[in-house]
Amino acid sequence: MKSNYSIVGEESQKLSVFKKIGILIFILGLTGLIELIRISIIDKMKFEDIEHYEWYIFGSFGLQLLGTFLFTYDRHHFSIKSAYLKYSNKIQKIGLAISTLGFGVFSLAWAGLITSNHTLFLWLSMGLMGIGTMTYTYGSYAGHLKGIKNNYVMFNSLTSRGILGWIAGIVLTLFYIQIYWFPESLESLIRLFDPLAYLFTGAAAGQWFVYGTVYTFLIFFLGIKFIYKYRHNRYQIIRTISVIFFQIVFAYAIPHILEAFNDYQGYFAKDLKNIWPLNYGFVESYQLDAMQNNGVSGTFYFVWGLVLFLIITPFLTYLVGKRWYCSWVCGCGGLAETAGDSFRHLSSKKESSWKIERWVIHLVMVFVLVMTVGALWPYFSGKEFELGFMTIDQKGFFYTFATLLSLSGIGLGILFFKRKHNMLLIGALLLFALLGFLTWAYLSFDPKIKVKDQVNMYTLKAMTKSSVFYSYMVLILVVSGGLFFFWRRKKKVLLLIAAIAVLVLAGLLTWSFIEGAEEVFSFKSKSIKKSYGFLIGAAFAGVIGVGFYPLLGNRVWCRFGCPMAGYMGLFQRFKSRFRITTNGAQCISCGNCSTYCEQGIDVRAYAQKGENIVRASCVGCGVCSAVCPRGVLKLENGPEEGRFDSNPLIVTKDGVKLN
Amino acid sequence: MIVIIGNGISGVTAARNIRKKSDDAITIISSESKYFFSRTALMYVYMGHMTFEHTQPYEPHFWEKNRIELLQNHVESIESNKKELRFSDGSKMKYDSLIIATGSKPNKFGWKGQDSKRVHGMYSKQDLENIEKSTKGIASAVIVGGGLIGIELAEMLLTRNIEVHFLVRDNGFWSEVLPSQDSQLIMDHLEKHHGLRMYYETELDEVVTNENDEAIGVITKAGRKIECQFVGLTAGVSPNIAVIEGSSIESNRGILVDRFLRTSEADIYAIGDCAEFREPLPGRRPIEQVWYTGKFMGEVVSETITGSPRQYNPGHWFNSAKFFEIEYQTYGDVRAILAEDEEEFVYRHATEDVLLHFVFEKESHKFIGINNFGIRMRHPVFNDWLLNNATIEEVLSNLKSANFDPEFYTKYESEVVAEFNQKFGASVAVNAPKWWQKIISH
Ligand SMILES: Cc1cc2nc3c(=O)[nH]c(=O)nc-3n(C[C@H](O)[C@H](O)[C@H](O)COP(=O)(O)OP(=O)(O)OC[C@H]3O[C@@H](n4cnc5c(N)ncnc54)[C@H](O)[C@@H]3O)c2cc1C
Ligand code: SF4
Ligand code: SF4
Repeated sequence: MKSNYSIVGEESQKLSVFKKIGILIFILGLTGLIELIRISIIDKMKFEDIEHYEWYIFGSFGLQLLGTFLFTYDRHHFSIKSAYLKYSNKIQKIGLAISTLGFGVFSLAWAGLITSNHTLFLWLSMGLMGIGTMTYTYGSYAGHLKGIKNNYVMFNSLTSRGILGWIAGIVLTLFYIQIYWFPESLESLIRLFDPLAYLFTGAAAGQWFVYGTVYTFLIFFLGIKFIYKYRHNRYQIIRTISVIFFQIVFAYAIPHILEAFNDYQGYFAKDLKNIWPLNYGFVESYQLDAMQNNGVSGTFYFVWGLVLFLIITPFLTYLVGKRWYCSWVCGCGGLAETAGDSFRHLSSKKESSWKIERWVIHLVMVFVLVMTVGALWPYFSGKEFELGFMTIDQKGFFYTFATLLSLSGIGLGILFFKRKHNMLLIGALLLFALLGFLTWAYLSFDPKIKVKDQVNMYTLKAMTKSSVFYSYMVLILVVSGGLFFFWRRKKKVLLLIAAIAVLVLAGLLTWSFIEGAEEVFSFKSKSIKKSYGFLIGAAFAGVIGVGFYPLLGNRVWCRFGCPMAGYMGLFQRFKSRFRITTNGAQCISCGNCSTYCEQGIDVRAYAQKGENIVRASCVGCGVCSAVCPRGVLKLENGPEEGRFDSNPLIVTKDGVKLN
Repeated sequence: MIVIIGNGISGVTAARNIRKKSDDAITIISSESKYFFSRTALMYVYMGHMTFEHTQPYEPHFWEKNRIELLQNHVESIESNKKELRFSDGSKMKYDSLIIATGSKPNKFGWKGQDSKRVHGMYSKQDLENIEKSTKGIASAVIVGGGLIGIELAEMLLTRNIEVHFLVRDNGFWSEVLPSQDSQLIMDHLEKHHGLRMYYETELDEVVTNENDEAIGVITKAGRKIECQFVGLTAGVSPNIAVIEGSSIESNRGILVDRFLRTSEADIYAIGDCAEFREPLPGRRPIEQVWYTGKFMGEVVSETITGSPRQYNPGHWFNSAKFFEIEYQTYGDVRAILAEDEEEFVYRHATEDVLLHFVFEKESHKFIGINNFGIRMRHPVFNDWLLNNATIEEVLSNLKSANFDPEFYTKYESEVVAEFNQKFGASVAVNAPKWWQKIISH
């Protein structure tokens, strides 16, 4: 009786062994990145000087790609046949051919094969890609009446993780890796952009000029494609014009004009709409210096930055939800909505993904907060920031030890009498680990080592690196085991608090470990900043965020990583006039809304119950509402009262009540 | 032990709601698929908007978590005196309460060749698989029956560049349901689609087959021959009640139920597409084969089964559909033919596919219903107007509050009201949109 619909894959959605191995390999890839930053900080080395540095980078991202492949593999999509452009018409094919030609020229430069005639080749490459995209757009939608046209999205090799999708993902990832960590290998591609750079800034192009230009190019042309595709929907048209405008004017033109007219003003002047904490560089000391030293304009930028974060963002988010930024202004969002539109359905709608999302995005927020404190501290106090977290001497240590022991004893006693045996077990294990850990620390304490300075006075300096490392591993293992128990028992709130505490602890410990044996229990702002920039700013926002568009969807960064989105999300969830209203009982559970939600929100789960959608992660793209064939969803702002109320269907004696 | 035959929207809603109120063991049986999927989305799978997985509203862990047993098997017969089910593989199963939610099956009217290869209805997952196979690489197809499923099938086939010959029995599209003006809007819209040929007042006589018993064309009642490689039968659906054959459960076209959804046998209930009311509810048909009525019946039967018997009362009629690019919603009663004591007001935009069809009482001006095409309207607001006997003037002057189109869409209310005023010599003023919830609590 079991039958599989031939073109769509298996019916069951259970995790296979295959997928589990994929997850493990992905995590292994992440570990590679963490290892790299660890080495760089402990040994105080630049990335470039680390032995086999390129292996770490390529290996790590390679493993992440492999993990993603195993996790998402579907034999129906990943067949050679799937790459066949069966359903594209003539005009689409011509458009594709022109684009490919343009990309071919771009690739030649990339591969170092174009060394002269830059102006010609630059215009040829960009021109062909632009014309090709427009032709393809025309071919795709002009023959159809205006309306939703998602035909073949799930069959198309590029948009359904087929061969073409994977090629695109790998090429993008490669581009990002090169631009972040091996810009010298892009030399000839960068030279291709010299003519344009001279035109705008009067100087030769750098890697970021190339990046900005390509980025703006994509938003512009694929933005036009998006507008044409959704030409029946004025909300989509207007907000896309808005993102294109903000990208061209604020992110691209103004910074370059400023660059051309003024001396260096600091990176802060680059993009007026780039708000901390998305723009984590805002608080870097050299930027703050630059703002201080630039008179009126510097002060303006500083005040503008603060006002944006503290007043404008909360206020606008209260009025209309975080969409004002995420799908109307932001550059990351802009790229996701335009270039990434074809991949929006690839986001995972599973409940488990939602869980991961909440964890990861809030952890990144904690991370950016710690980093910011670290960055501002030395600026205002004149001292290097150092967070010592176990500043006790041997005597103090003894008392702490004793207190902990007796407190835990009492706690365990209570648990025993309340017959909470599982909890007792966890508690005992925790205590045991803590004891072991502290004993170890105590034994390896060496009073002969001198106290270095005030801040670090009582730091346990003498502990060997490995002892910390292993204690730390044991602690993490035991605690995560305990958390797992909590999870099974559904003590959600407790779990959350405990988990945050543990993760902060784990973070601190990692940092202290990374910092090396001398400052076992303290960590420095510089290393936090460096790690944030590397792990979050580059690897997450860049490589995975955009490189993985065709593999994991277009909003991976916005959904799982962006601390700005997290910040606005808190307002949107708890204090905002924005909601997506569900239209009574009209939903037919078809699933178009969930499928095309780039943020992986299971919109249908709410709509079919008649509930409004009030979710922290919704970026208000409006596509769920656009694709709904029954007119069930409307993004709107209104009084907060009643925002969470659902319109459940209560079949009463006098018919359906909807309020 | 509560057993439910059929894992469509009705059966699944019943199971979910029973679980909320009771700890009884629940089993859902279906021969179509293990997991519940949304039948209404089948077209989107064929067109490549979604994969089949996307049509499943719940993840597998949902069923485990809610302790709802899923069984993929075919029920052959019901032995109500032994409270036992018999499966086609010979196995048996006991039940305490039984809910029959077996849905519908496509109508076939005894046409010659109707069971040949390359001739399919469009109802089940298996139908879709067959359509996928039969339409691979073909050039033209015939669709018989101009209803909601027929037009969906037409849209599907056109995306695969298949020429579609669409046979419609009446002289207008879906004209047994839509008033002529509304039907005309859809017909005009259909004209704009390349590759779609409409044949009104045309009925199928027979399907022509080749030596392999594959469809190669059709002959209409008027004797016209149309060549094709696929025939889609979408001339409506009727209750799928094969499972009660040989049992003592009473049936007419569907399984007969009372207002509590009880069949003639104790502890056996029928809900959804397969149920037929012995006494139809006022203003409604005895069998209603739509998504939400199945859902409502599932909710109501769950109350009855868990010990607080409740009568089914679906309230005011509403529904929605999409005809290619035109979205359609309806609230209240707009009938194909205007009744004696009814008056209508139709607004159709000159160029856009936008049409509003209001019906109200001639004397009292009490609002009766609306068909809205190309504009989305709020269900709660219209439901409230219907419950509170609002007049057409009230409805029109507050129409802005009922508008559910996305932000920045063109608004038509002023134009609509101006036209009404002109036609009926009235002086309705357009009120600014109130926040809709305030309207509800008046
Ligand atoms: C293509 C299509 C589009 C539609 N679009 C809309 C729409 O837009 N709006 C709307 O309101 N309605 C729509 N409908 C109608 C709507 O889908 C049905 O009204 C609804 O699905 C009926 O639900 P149900 O639970 O009663 O039955 P079904 O969904 O038909 O479920 C019955 C299940 O029982 C199984 N079954 C039957 N007999 C047995 C047996 N003996 N043993 C085991 N299993 C058995 C069947 O295989 C089936 O899985 C559409 C229908 C179709 C086919
Ligand atoms: S819920 Fe709708 S508006 Fe929000 S992100 Fe998802 S698709 Fe966009
Ligand atoms: S809200 Fe619309 S798109 Fe989403 S499941 Fe319901 S009918 Fe489908």
